[in-house]
Amino acid sequence: MQAIRVRCRLFARYAEVVGVDDVELEVPAPATVASAVAVLRRQLPQGHLLPEHPLVARNEAHALPGDTLRDGDELALLPPLAGG
Amino acid sequence: MSYVTREAIVLDALVARVAAPERGAITSFLGTVRAGPDDGPVVRIEYSAYEAMLEREFGRIVDDAGTRWPGVLVAAQHRLGDVPLGEASIAIAVAAPHRTPALDACRFVIEEAKRRLPVWKREILADGSAAWRDNTGGRVPAGRPEKGGA
Repeated sequence: MQAIRVRCRLFARYAEVVGVDDVELEVPAPATVASAVAVLRRQLPQGHLLPEHPLVARNEAHALPGDTLRDGDELALLPPLAGG
Repeated sequence: MSYVTREAIVLDALVARVAAPERGAITSFLGTVRAGPDDGPVVRIEYSAYEAMLEREFGRIVDDAGTRWPGVLVAAQHRLGDVPLGEASIAIAVAAPHRTPALDACRFVIEEAKRRLPVWKREILADGSAAWRDNTGGRVPAGRPEKGGA
């Protein structure tokens, strides 16, 4: 089965919960934001503590669960936003 | 020019960047760290961010404002790191030929910033406890060691 490599970034409370903030993931192709989040939740020791449907960004722009991921993309899991 | 600073925000500097003879209205917004009555006195807030995206998203918000109100000019900064009580965490200056677009665009930029910027805040209370606070009123106790984010 083909897989793509995705860099996954975690921030603030999510990084605190899982103890890491930067992970390289292999995700079966074709991959979506949602399928990568599912892999991350399975693979990290405390991954199940992350929400199933977090706010996400792909390549530094807000994204949706169904958005396609390509090899080399950067996926970010964003805790509830608190800017301002 | 970066939308991020780790120093105290100087509003006059932002105003100077947008002021021009053809723009007769300048509005500004400062968001400051408030004491917070809910869970005890807040002494400071630690702001962290997905910094590369923060720069790009703030740029997109400013571009959106320019599309909706042609002729407005926007300068803005979000402060990261420790922000003490009473000091500004975000500042926006908007200049336009007339007051209505300047006021409307300034309101738009702060509302979109709160909705879209990948920024997080960890409130530090007077008793030393910490909590993650979000813009929907959510509050989750935080661990002592700061980890993650930029």
